[in-house]
Amino acid sequence: MSIDRRDFLKMIGASAVFALGGMGVVDGIVKDNVEAEQFRPEPGALLAKQWAMVIDMRKFKTEGDYKRIISACNNIHNIPDFSDSKHEVKWIWTDTFEHAFPEQEQGYAPESLKEMPIPLLCNHCENPPCVRVCPTKATFKRKDGLVMQDMHRCIGCRFCMAACPYGSRSFNWTDPRPHIKKENPDYPTRMRGVVEKCTFCVERLAEGKMPACVEASNGAMMFGDLSDPNSEIRKVLESNYTIRRKSELGTGPNIYYIIGGADNAREGAKRE
Amino acid sequence: MYNGGKILLGIFVFLALATYPFYNNIGKANARPEPSTDTPAIQKLAQKKCIEPEAFMKSEHMQLLNQWRDAAVRDGNRIYVAGDGQRYDISLQNTCMKCHSNKKEFCDSCHNYAGVSPYCWDCHLAPKEGK
Repeated sequence: MSIDRRDFLKMIGASAVFALGGMGVVDGIVKDNVEAEQFRPEPGALLAKQWAMVIDMRKFKTEGDYKRIISACNNIHNIPDFSDSKHEVKWIWTDTFEHAFPEQEQGYAPESLKEMPIPLLCNHCENPPCVRVCPTKATFKRKDGLVMQDMHRCIGCRFCMAACPYGSRSFNWTDPRPHIKKENPDYPTRMRGVVEKCTFCVERLAEGKMPACVEASNGAMMFGDLSDPNSEIRKVLESNYTIRRKSELGTGPNIYYIIGGADNAREGAKRE
Repeated sequence: MYNGGKILLGIFVFLALATYPFYNNIGKANARPEPSTDTPAIQKLAQKKCIEPEAFMKSEHMQLLNQWRDAAVRDGNRIYVAGDGQRYDISLQNTCMKCHSNKKEFCDSCHNYAGVSPYCWDCHLAPKEGK
């Protein structure tokens, strides 16, 4: 059978159309099978594009205000208490204003301000250096902006600890279990040889609850979606002067601090 | 053959040691593990069934747990829709172990028999067993 050029082209064209149609059908079948929604988020989960926190230092009056938020976190997340500071594991902790904000460099600021304890935690950066250096992708940025760590994948190389400019990450040099005062049976512990840090209480957000420190802070800490112009946190940021830790490094930290005026500094002095 | 006696003795000793595990276990058939599902939480269930059929859970629970881990930790999807449409919270400690509160008679019985030691319990807390 001989075939001329015109018929050949017609045949090719027809078979191409047929093949494309067939692919569409196959696609449909495969999608129906594979993309069955076996896994889904909890219905009451709090959702956001970028979670962020504002810490209002004007509302931290006594030592108890700090202790309350720190122990709320420690108790829920099975954080060990090592007496040796070299082994310290911390998700939320305090340091002085001077150490927390070294770039502020107000040489003549009142001593009380310089010595004021500031609650510190993971900044859940927009551009997290810890995520960039992690060789196993154990630490990663979620769609809602949380910098999460998959403990199952952490190999304990501590690159992330070196990369984090905020000292937010701790390493488990020994088995932390014997050093946990009271185990919370609903939350895992960690094992020897992994790095850990604050998770913005991802397990509580999934249940529709605020992070534990925010809940315990009596309104001194606010938490919300930075990308939503109507969120409480955006209102607070629009009506207050806030600072962030080391934002000049380009990490895009998401913890904002309201330091307050001279009154607050004076009260800071009394706190010691 | 030079030093024939010593060589033969050596071969004999070697064979005796190398085959020791085999003749030592002759006739001692290891009992098949019988993971116990007798816990208060399971007794209370109207219909005693796991989240998926028993055969699937026996052979595939490790893959299921891996999928659960990735879904919850990496994708933030903490609800599992089982084959029968029932929904479960994805949590080893708060879903699996709330029913199977007898880790020693349940998990460990097969894992010890098979000689596997999964690292779940390095971090996840096993339920407290009154002993």
